[in-house]
Amino acid sequence: MISTLSITDLRLARGERTLFSALSFAASSGEAVALTGANGAGKTSLLRAIAGFIRFEAGDIAFRDADDEPIEPERARAHEVHLLGHLDGLKGARTARDELMFQSQWLGHSHDGIDEAIVTLGLKPLLDLEVRKLSAGQRRRLGLARLIGSPRALWLLDEPLSPLDARWREVVGAMMARHLADGGLILAAVHDPLPIPTRPLDLGAGR
Amino acid sequence: MSAAYILFRRELALAWGGGGGPLLACGFFACLTTVVPLAAGGDPNVLKPVAAGIAWLALALSSLLSLERLFERDLEDGALDLLATGPLPLEVVFVIKAVSQWLATGLPLALTAPLAALALGQSIELAPLTALSALIGGLGFAFTGALGAALALGAKRGGLLIAVVVLPLFIPPVVFGSGAIDRAAAGLSPLSALALLTAYVLFAAVIAPPAGAAAIRSAQG
Repeated sequence: MISTLSITDLRLARGERTLFSALSFAASSGEAVALTGANGAGKTSLLRAIAGFIRFEAGDIAFRDADDEPIEPERARAHEVHLLGHLDGLKGARTARDELMFQSQWLGHSHDGIDEAIVTLGLKPLLDLEVRKLSAGQRRRLGLARLIGSPRALWLLDEPLSPLDARWREVVGAMMARHLADGGLILAAVHDPLPIPTRPLDLGAGR
Repeated sequence: MSAAYILFRRELALAWGGGGGPLLACGFFACLTTVVPLAAGGDPNVLKPVAAGIAWLALALSSLLSLERLFERDLEDGALDLLATGPLPLEVVFVIKAVSQWLATGLPLALTAPLAALALGQSIELAPLTALSALIGGLGFAFTGALGAALALGAKRGGLLIAVVVLPLFIPPVVFGSGAIDRAAAGLSPLSALALLTAYVLFAAVIAPPAGAAAIRSAQG
């Protein structure tokens, strides 16, 4: 299980444009980092780089487990990282149940995880609906369900709360607090503050 | 349940269910093979010698139809990111998607092919061979087609681009497949042509997954 994420002197570019350089920070078990910055500052790109989708220009992104042994990035990505952004990968024509089962099982579900996700996020009345019939907030709750359905240590979240109302923001806050208490890590790109104690990391003004 | 089985079940459900999948391909195939006698005249002496060739050409074109959906939709809705953070390497994901494409498009087409060839005047003894060669060739179409779909990821008007990239790669199976039927029609053994067709499929199955996975990674970056 990932217990520390350390980023050293990271430089990230999209095309010709350097998003940021010499970015260093570390986060360890039980910590949540709130990633802020203007539109275009590179929040999403940083999350995607950590998940292994974007190659960085310079620097290093390293994962270590509780014994301080390094974890291969490919291994971390395949078993330890959740990436949840604006695009949730849910298929409109399938039912919420099918999609929840698939996403959780594909990412490696725990035995009670899926039931727990259904209860925590209040998905029971939605399960038989087609995903395209869900509202934005309901759809986000369904997307978030895989975080519980499949236990992985590092959560990379892009604007996780944006379509949710006050009640569900609180629930997701509690979900995050529990994940941190279980030794997880959260890195979330946000504009509004998260309902849990976080360490800020500002990427600056962007363009 | 293994991850491969979970993904395979979903991909098959999406390929069968999404946007008419097999019905659309089979309908298009039937239309194409119906138009030919209308265009070339109904003379059996003209049609019979080219029945196998026309059936294979129609097979190749029909196999193109659902390729655009194969990766492009998953890229657009984020499912490809989800697949990439799963336990299986992208190469394996690619193979599973190509095989599901084969089962959802190639298999129904292989069942339709003998009927179409019959309508073009092919003799009925050749029907099993037509179906078999279409089934084998369909797997080759699925692998090379999936490679074309992966290469066209993120391009505007990707569907047309896929057709242009993929159709030249479809030439060998069309040649070997219709060749096998022609040989059988002439009373020769079709095995040599079938062996070449199978060799093409195996080649595609080896080359396409790593190349396709690389194309997907670059589209995600």
